[in-house]
Amino acid sequence: MLEIKNLHVELEEGGKPILKGVNLTIEAGKVHAIMGPNGSGKSTLSYVLSGRDGYVVTDGSATLDGEELLEMEPEERAAAGLFLAFQYPVEIPGVGNMTFLRTAVNAQRKARGEAELSAGEFLKIVREKAKTLKIDAEMLKRPVNVGFSGGEKKRNEILQMAMLEPRMCILDETDSGLDVDAMKLVADGVNALRDPGRAFLVITHYQRLLDHIRPDVVHIMADGRIVKTGGPELALEVERNGYADILAEIA
Amino acid sequence: MAAAMTKDARRADATEARLAALALPKGGFTAPARADALARLRATGLPVRRDEYWRWTDPARLNADRPDEGAAFRVDRPIFEGRDKVRLVFEDGVFDAAASDDPALAGVEIARLSEADRADIHWAKAHYGALEAAGQSPVLRPFAALNTAAATEGLLIRVTGKAPRPLHISYRQSEKTSDVILHHVVRVEEGAALTLLETGTPGARANVVTEVDVAKDGQFHHIRPQGRAIDRVMVTHLFARVAEGATFKSFTLTTNGRFTRNEAVIHIAGDGATAHIAGAALGDGEDGPFHHDDTVFVTHDAVGCESRQVFKKVLKHGATGVFQGKILVRPGAQKTDGYQISQSLLLDDDSQFLAKPELEIYADDVKCSHGSTTGAIDETALFYLRSRGVAEEDAKALLILSFLADAIAEIEDAEIAADVVERLEDWLQRRRK
Repeated sequence: MLEIKNLHVELEEGGKPILKGVNLTIEAGKVHAIMGPNGSGKSTLSYVLSGRDGYVVTDGSATLDGEELLEMEPEERAAAGLFLAFQYPVEIPGVGNMTFLRTAVNAQRKARGEAELSAGEFLKIVREKAKTLKIDAEMLKRPVNVGFSGGEKKRNEILQMAMLEPRMCILDETDSGLDVDAMKLVADGVNALRDPGRAFLVITHYQRLLDHIRPDVVHIMADGRIVKTGGPELALEVERNGYADILAEIA
Repeated sequence: MAAAMTKDARRADATEARLAALALPKGGFTAPARADALARLRATGLPVRRDEYWRWTDPARLNADRPDEGAAFRVDRPIFEGRDKVRLVFEDGVFDAAASDDPALAGVEIARLSEADRADIHWAKAHYGALEAAGQSPVLRPFAALNTAAATEGLLIRVTGKAPRPLHISYRQSEKTSDVILHHVVRVEEGAALTLLETGTPGARANVVTEVDVAKDGQFHHIRPQGRAIDRVMVTHLFARVAEGATFKSFTLTTNGRFTRNEAVIHIAGDGATAHIAGAALGDGEDGPFHHDDTVFVTHDAVGCESRQVFKKVLKHGATGVFQGKILVRPGAQKTDGYQISQSLLLDDDSQFLAKPELEIYADDVKCSHGSTTGAIDETALFYLRSRGVAEEDAKALLILSFLADAIAEIEDAEIAADVVERLEDWLQRRRK
């Protein structure tokens, strides 16, 4: 589904290389995790895939079902089925969460040539999905992420994911700032979306999120490259010994 | 000294030239107020750009003896159409009875200045020009004095009960060079309430003064979407006095306009009173020159009062926004809660925002703050919206609405606020490329 080949990326400002040849293939229905120390390029990878400004791709490609993502505008990537759950969801005062969700859902439907959802249809679906994430009507009415706790923001990301039904979901450090209960709620939301036609890339610093979202494949990223790939046991190894051993072993 | 004399002489000549171009009404009950205003105007003269208060807004277009030729105008799109209200229409400053509703509103007496002014006695006699005169200190407002002296029409509105429906003053322009001077007087009696809607373009050039006196526990809400005529030139003054426990709230939306100066002079006179004034202005220089000036002066003169100034401007293609706002807390006005924010969103590098926020406080137990910011669209928020599939232009429009939200939140009535948002969305939609 997602195929990243020899991806080289540097910062637009200053030209510092961040990604130095990333290769990664994720098949439909699978959950891949990327772990790695701070500054290894994990978040950059998620931003480059979703089309954030400030990065220059100097080599390589990233395709979603054969379509080149890197040439698309961010909204086109979203319409193609890519979704990024932000590490730091953005607050947008004055725009109701509900308005935002409906605008996003209908924009994507329109881009795919589907009919827009009526207000009634939309309301029914969003209420149902919000309920499972314990997002109440009050939270839906409030401006996007404004005054939300860390956990509420992350649940709101998962609600957007549930509404947009992307095929390729990237979760960027979704566990950061969450207590155990909030993490479980978020993980349950993600697990509910697991589907043979959908893939996940879970970026995380720690193993604990992977207790709840069981990955099929775990990659270790360091200095802009994927340096080791294995099964779920690799995450446990990181948890026990830290990154130093793995990095030393490679060096 | 000689140079100063010459400048003063020039100012006096310009003032006389402006007055000579006007047919000054010979009032009935307003005659003393008009004579007083004329004397005040002659004593000070019309403003010039070197005056501190006009540093950023050149008054030349207001001083000229006639409006520019060839001003383009458009028929304004109606707003608040779905709302139950009493609408009174003025076309180029002349009352249009045929287009207006029957001016019957429970708890409200409505008279036209031109009609009422044939008599020597009227309830408005003590009010016409009174707040304007008081508002000339500590800063001169010569165009307001000119207005009191020369206004040909307006409404005299006395509110004695809680008006069940809003009163709507609807302006229309059909003449390309109409030069309009309107003066409204509103007196909200004790415990009474009125919502006043004021919409449209009064004329090619317009000078509108509204005096609002809100008595004890009275409520006055004012929502003013100004007309979208590209070439209109306009100066407005809103003078308010807010008595004990009373509420005054005014919101202005400005889209387009070659030249707009909206002044508000609010005197908070009674304990526990509330005064809010807000404005949202959007200008795109590509449609024509856009210069918008909000000049606000709020005086706290009583204990335990709250004031808010919330002004937002969205500027593009060489548009200019000006904000001059002051909070003056007089001695003894303890427990004052005063707040002022002026912000601009510059959509490109060509536009400019000039702001002069001021606080002057002579009481020691007060909470007053002000802030002023200028910024561009938040790139992180823009990316967030686009990453959810919202197209760039739609995402920008959402973020512009988000930027304006605090000002719009000052409109208390949700349905009226929704109409204003719809007008904004419409303006943004038409600017899509």
